[in-house]
Amino acid sequence: MTEAETVYRPHPEDHTFLDSNEIVINMGPQHPSTHGVLRVVLRLDGEKIIGSECVIGYLHRGVEKIAENRTYVQFNPYVDRMDYAAAVSNSLGYCEAIEKIMSVVAPPRAQYVRVILTELNRIASHLLWLGTHALDIGALTPLFYCFREREEILKIFENYCGARLTTHSFRIGGLQYETYDGFEKQVNVFCDDFLHKVDEYETLLTGNRIWLQRTKGIGVISAEDCIQYGVTGPVLRGSGVKWDIRKAMPYCCYPDFEFDIPTGQNGDTFDRYIVRMEEMRQAVRIIKQAVAKIPDGPIMAKIPKVIKPPVGEIYHSIEAPKGELGYLVVSDNSTQPYRVRVRPPSFVNLSALDIMIRGHLVADVVAVIGTIDIVLGEVDR
Amino acid sequence: MSLFRKLFLVDLIEGMKVTFGYQNPKYIYTEQYPKERPPVSERYRGAPRLNINPENGETLCIACDLCALACPENLIVVGWQRGGPDGKTGKKTLTNFTYDISRCMFCGLCEDACPTDALELTQDFEMANYSREGAIWDRQALEEGPRPTQYKE
Repeated sequence: MTEAETVYRPHPEDHTFLDSNEIVINMGPQHPSTHGVLRVVLRLDGEKIIGSECVIGYLHRGVEKIAENRTYVQFNPYVDRMDYAAAVSNSLGYCEAIEKIMSVVAPPRAQYVRVILTELNRIASHLLWLGTHALDIGALTPLFYCFREREEILKIFENYCGARLTTHSFRIGGLQYETYDGFEKQVNVFCDDFLHKVDEYETLLTGNRIWLQRTKGIGVISAEDCIQYGVTGPVLRGSGVKWDIRKAMPYCCYPDFEFDIPTGQNGDTFDRYIVRMEEMRQAVRIIKQAVAKIPDGPIMAKIPKVIKPPVGEIYHSIEAPKGELGYLVVSDNSTQPYRVRVRPPSFVNLSALDIMIRGHLVADVVAVIGTIDIVLGEVDR
Repeated sequence: MSLFRKLFLVDLIEGMKVTFGYQNPKYIYTEQYPKERPPVSERYRGAPRLNINPENGETLCIACDLCALACPENLIVVGWQRGGPDGKTGKKTLTNFTYDISRCMFCGLCEDACPTDALELTQDFEMANYSREGAIWDRQALEEGPRPTQYKE
């Protein structure tokens, strides 16, 4: 028995009239459009999808187990390697979770810098998504422009903390690095240019007839289904649910800023695209407000040299670019966490792939995988 | 989509306008890497270096072992001995320092832990090697820094 057969479990009601028409094919793990090493076992009737199953684990590194063998400070670089497209968000979630369990609050200046970098990372993550998603569907041009703008963000990261992708930019209790000279100016210049660039992407895509045909009505998911599957982030907002952790359960210094939560109506691929484009504009809005009123002061709270949080457990979630990113940390008053459980947005969102692609064609699987915006490093951890 | 936009391919022309707007050579963004060295920021965390005192050529490392303790991957090994005549008392002196680049993730925790600015992650980024053993740097390699192969024109 091959592996594909063991994975595929037939549902009697799903069988077609002529069973011989049904074929099972593997998409991935080497398929370039599955954004990594995702394997989707598709059951097809002709070219119509009547069922699918995701096989994950090809990028499993045991990050949660690594946490149990590292001190709290030492584990910080590893969280960057889960969602490597948005490493700063991961770091923010982890640091805030540990700060919460230790009852420490980062100083205001540190919080503002954190917000600026996290929102920049949100833009970078969405740019990576837009470039690859459009490339999957057939629009080659936006990729180059997206990566050009992403490069500017990565340069800001490099200047700030010395690394571009897996940044390790935040520490428990605040920041390790003070902002460099010209940080505010560089961020402002980027923000001013960027709004114009988003309009350009929209010119390339929003009105384009091929783009509309490939995205409108594809991968529709209703708000009820989203909530049932625990889907969060732009996918949930694309279905019309106004849910954003930044507003619903504010963390860091997000209550200080004015921004809107964009939502869609139809819950299809096009709406999720519009939501993410608008989110980039809102991120710029937040960054501009944060840069304008960034306070002076210390960047590190007073924390003991050896971090030993009190016995207890805590759950802290933040709005990562892909959805709700949560950390459950259990402490037993030693230097190492007893357990760290990560609630990754990509993993949960991926579970809704099956109902989103049922009834569509094989070519639409690529569009739907792209629109969920998964990062396999986070799915498998 | 309105009939006018559909018939006159307005969406296509708008997109083309953006693309052709960037045809001017002043928008070129590509770096010709081996010929053109990319500017690396001041805080870049690249190849590690063990700094020596420029005045007397002695190492700044005091063999305190803090970097080895801070490292999440346990890839630093600090070799030291007592400097006294019997080898058991007196100041610690550094004998060897091993740093395994192949396992390093350049998080910078060792650099933060170092009390004397001896260990530093520098702006060098060319660390390729033909063998795994070449990625394990000893004290001499750390003090000299990476020496990437240079090819003539």
